[in-house]
Order: sequence, then C-alpha cells, then structure tokens
Amino acid sequence: MSEPILQVQNLTMDFGGIRALNKLDLTVHSGEIAALIGPNGAGKTTFFNCVTGIYKPTAGDIFLTPGKGEKTISIKGLKPNIVTGKGLSRTFQNIRLFPKMTVLENVMIGRHCRTKTFILGAIFRTPRARREERGILLHSYRLLEKVGLAESANDFAENLSYGAQRRLEIARALATEPHLLLLDEPAAGMNPQETEDLNALIREIATDGLAVLLIEHDMKLVMSLSQRIFVVDYGSKIAEGTPEEIRSNPAVIKAYLGE
Amino acid sequence: MLRLRKYEEEEMITAKDIRRILLVSGWFMILTFPILGMRVDPLSDNIIWRLKNVMWVGIGTAVLQSLPHLWPLCLSMQAWVIRLWHRLMGTPAHKIVPKKAHRDSLISRVITNPRQRAIVCAVVLLLTIIYPQVVDEYQINIMIMALLYIMLGLGLNIVVGMAGLLDLGFVAFYAVGAYTYALLNLHYGFNFWMALPIGGLFAGIFGLLLGFPILRLRGDYLAIVTLGFGEIIRVVLENWTELTNGVAGIVNIPGPTFFGLGLTPSQKILYLYYLMVVFVVITIFVVNRLQDSRLGRAWLALREDEIACQAMGIDKRRTKLAAFSLGAFWAGIAGVVFAAQNRSVYPVSFSFLESAMILSIVVLGGMGSIVGVILGALILILLPEYLRELSQYRMLFFGAILVLMMIFRPQGLISVVRRKYDIDSIKAEEKEGKA
Repeated sequence: MSEPILQVQNLTMDFGGIRALNKLDLTVHSGEIAALIGPNGAGKTTFFNCVTGIYKPTAGDIFLTPGKGEKTISIKGLKPNIVTGKGLSRTFQNIRLFPKMTVLENVMIGRHCRTKTFILGAIFRTPRARREERGILLHSYRLLEKVGLAESANDFAENLSYGAQRRLEIARALATEPHLLLLDEPAAGMNPQETEDLNALIREIATDGLAVLLIEHDMKLVMSLSQRIFVVDYGSKIAEGTPEEIRSNPAVIKAYLGE
Repeated sequence: MLRLRKYEEEEMITAKDIRRILLVSGWFMILTFPILGMRVDPLSDNIIWRLKNVMWVGIGTAVLQSLPHLWPLCLSMQAWVIRLWHRLMGTPAHKIVPKKAHRDSLISRVITNPRQRAIVCAVVLLLTIIYPQVVDEYQINIMIMALLYIMLGLGLNIVVGMAGLLDLGFVAFYAVGAYTYALLNLHYGFNFWMALPIGGLFAGIFGLLLGFPILRLRGDYLAIVTLGFGEIIRVVLENWTELTNGVAGIVNIPGPTFFGLGLTPSQKILYLYYLMVVFVVITIFVVNRLQDSRLGRAWLALREDEIACQAMGIDKRRTKLAAFSLGAFWAGIAGVVFAAQNRSVYPVSFSFLESAMILSIVVLGGMGSIVGVILGALILILLPEYLRELSQYRMLFFGAILVLMMIFRPQGLISVVRRKYDIDSIKAEEKEGKA
C-alpha cells in the first residue's frame, strides 16, 4: 500500500456540550479515492471543516504529507489559507462560488496561493508579474477544459447550471494544486447523467496521482468510485473498509436502517 | 427595473389597486388630520378647520401611489403610437421588428472594446485639457474640487467597491493627509512636493493601524467602527490644541511650487488644475491595473464569500490590509492637495458628512466601477455648485437621488464590467505550448 497522505488521530470537536466528532481516526493514502459516509448530522462536514482549518478541533492531531518523500507536517489549528497552501483543497456542500465573478476568474482565484504578485507588481506590471498572470490564465483555462466548462469561461458563475457550478468548484479547488482533494457532496442535486460525468471526472482527477476524499449520499457513486469507505455516526467512526465489506457490515446497516 | 417589467405584464390598474389607493389615502388623511387639519387660533380661542390641507394630503398620496401604474400606461401608449405610425406609413407586417430584448449598455460596450475605449479616453482627456482655457477661474476651482473628489472616490472604491469593506470613516485618512502637510510645513517648512508622498504614506500607515483591530469585523460592525475612527480623528484634531491649533485650524499653507518659479494667483489655479488632472489620471491608471491583477481578484473574492476565499488559499488579513492602506494612501494624497488648494485646514472640513459624501459618490456611480465613480463625483460635486439657488433643498434632493437609486438601479449608474478574457488567444498560446 502506498504511503499515507492524511493522518487524522483522535480528532474530537465539541460545540459547547455537543460532541460533533468523537475520537475519530482516519488515514487517506496517496492516490486513492476514499469516501466518508454516514447519516445526516453524523459530523462529516464538521470533519472537513476541522481538517481544512475552518474549525479549530478540541483535541486530536491532523498530519499531512504533501507529496511523495515530503516531510509530514501537522496542520491542526492552522488557518484555512495556510492549509490550502500546504496542498489540501476542498469544495463545499452548499456551493460557495464567487457568483459575481466570471467562471474563469473563479478558477484564477484558486491560483492565488501559488503566485506572488502584490501591489507593486500589479501597478508596474513587471515582466515577472506579466509572466505570472499569463501562467495563471493558461493553467486556469486548462482546468476549465478538463471539467468541460471552457465554453462558458466568460460567463458569470451565478449563471451556470447547478451541475456546472459543482464542476466549477472542483476546477477551482484543483487550481490550488492540492495533493488531497476533499469533496463535500459533489453529486448533490445532480441528475443521473451529471452524476455519471462526475464519476468519470473524479476518476480522471485521481489518475493524476491526487488523493480524493469525498462525502456523498449517492451510494451508487460511492460504491463504484471509492477504494475505501469510512462510516461515521454520531461523530464516531463505526466502520472502515472496501465497498464490499461496508455493504455487509452489520453496524453500518444498523446506522442507516435502524434495528 | 425589475419592478417596472413586472407591471408591464400585469393589467394596468385593477379594482383592487384602486381600493388600496383609496384606503391608504384615507388613512393618511386621518393620520395627518390632527396636525394639518385643525389649528387653534390663539386670539379668539376658536378652532380653525383646514379641510383643504387634508384634501391635498389625500390627493397627493393617491397620485404618488398611482405613479407606478402609470408607467405601463406610457409603454402601451408608446406601442400604440408606433403601431399607428406603421399603419399610416403602410409598412408591411414582416418589416416591423420588435425591440431587441437585451443588449449590453452603451457604456459597457465602449469599455470592453479597446479601440473605442482609447478614443473616448483621448477625447475626454483633450476636453479636460482645454476646459480651463474656456471657463473662468471660479469654474476651474469647482473643477479642481470635483477632481479631488474623483480621487477620493476612487480611493474609497478600492475599499468599498472592490474589497466590499464598508468604510464610513474614510475622511479620517483625508484629514491625516491634509494635517500632515499643514504640520510639516508649519514646523519644518516642508514644501508641497516633499509633503505629498509623506502625507500619502502617513495616511496609508494609519489605514494599516486601523485595519488591524477590525480585521475580524464584517458588514454593519465594520461600518460602525470605521465611523467611530473617523470621528475620533476629527475630535483629536479639534482638541489637541498644542499640536493642531484646535478649531482655529492652520492657515497660510503654501500652494504647490513649480520648480521654484513664482506664479501669479491665476497661474497657480491653472497649475493646480493640471496637477489634479495628472493625479487623477495616475489614480485611474493604478486602480485599473489593480483591478485586473491577482490582488484585485482576491479583493473581489473576499467581497463575494469570505470563507470560500480563505479556503482557496487567500490570506484574508493581508488582502484586507492591502485594501485599507491603499485606499487610505489615496485619501492622504488628496488631503495634501486639499490643504494646498485651500491654503488652510480646519477640523470642521473633515466631518462625517464628508465621509458620507464620498461614499455616496461611490454608491451612486456604481460600486467597483471606475467610470461610475468619476461620473458620481462629477454629479454630486458639480450639480450642487450649479444649483446654488436651490441650495436649501440640496439635502432633500440628495436623499431623493439615493433613494431612487436604491430602488431602480442598486448597482449604481454604471455597473462594473467584468473583464472578458480573449479565449481564442489563450487557445492559440496553448497549442503553441503543446507543439
């Protein structure tokens, strides 16, 4: 098995008296597609928010290994933008694009953390700044081609269809050059055809050596995509394994269907 | 405009509307009756009934209410006139073209077309250069004021329009710039050109200092704190008499020098005017470049969605502070020019009303739009000057404009035109790269 890219140990998150995550252990390996499933309110999105730095976890450790042979670093408690800089990017459950910016600009925002031009570079448009800007543009456009949105590059993000907005979010997240991509319910609200396309897209992304961890309720998609599945309920991990193992796991069936 | 279009589709005026109009008018008459309808005559102790007033209230309310219903009437009359015209001219039916549904506005088309934009810019620049030759000094002075406000508006536009941080204390940085020049000149004899960069930098540093504590605040809270900061600066200027000479202000500030040459007063005004034009052009140039840069995009993203913005790797702190200090820098420069133009500074020039004025320029013109801000400044500064006879209604007029804007064009006179990238050239370059 390849080396781990994200190691989460003993992760606990309390909101006042409510324990949203309870001593969660989870490891994602590089190049794999893993899924995080569980009933509504199980703490899946809270887990994402803790890992990406939007919440500060109450206890536990989060380690990220950005790329092969890189040193493992703790990303617990780091600010979201720093975490993204380390090579971990995400999409949101309720789409959070920049609606009044164009599709291309949305992706270009993702390039922000990989580029440097600041005030003076922007004002004087130095050769370096110009090269960088061109690079941002080309890279972003290529990503749009990848997710199939190149035609609407100059449209406003808010005018895209729902499925297209989801794909744009993925493109934007990819623009930050992540080693691990967290997808929060990428297929929510998609029709079967769109889900099928999404399936192919995620597979294509993963072939580039990127690890993907997704939260998803569409079991067909989860079972066909992921190599490993984690099941959480009431903030605790209740099962982990291959799709076949999860399908026949009594604890999972109990959590989803009741006794 | 949305509202108007809705009415178009509906029936013009229904029985229900009439009933509502009558009801509201009746209510207004009852409500205003005690104040407007009767008066006690103190001499004879009699009550004077003034039913005419109440009647006018009723009629006025009814007319105001039916105004929105009149618009579709106008539209249908227009359509009717056009039909009549076609019938009289005997135009064949297939030649009657319905109005085009949607087109980009003229201005946004001009802005996006580089050639047209260059021509328009050249013409406008030419007009500004010729302008002082054809008008008198008074007009030039007003124009200098307007140019000053364009600069202030463009500075605030960075903070409010692009980064979406509602700053109600912008005038504080303007004051910092003006007083920097005044004090440096008074104590150390700095001239205009030496004080100019220092004033801007000083204001920028103040922007940075104010930026730190309010990084976490958003929306209304941010507005309140910046409002407070603006007032604090003014109150300090008023009360720190040893340093600032208090409300008496600082006088005898020299105007800008011209390579040490002595200028006559009228030449000085002309000189200041052209200086202002140069400053404004530089400001437009810089703001325009910032807008299309990595930083400009980050500001926009910050305005749209702070959390998504951070999740995409943008440093919220750095980006916000950059917006604050850059905006403040421009206000500082404008402040130095203001001090040099007026030859004196008083704390009263930097009241909240001034902040509100600059904010109105940005909102009226169109948040984030450079052309919009320029237009907004020209309207709000020049119009009151030319309508001096109506000066007592100025504030009423002002409020009415803003209310109407909020209803009919919340995006401002000229909405922002997002840059369209040339996809074909990207494609071509990509092929080159692959080959």
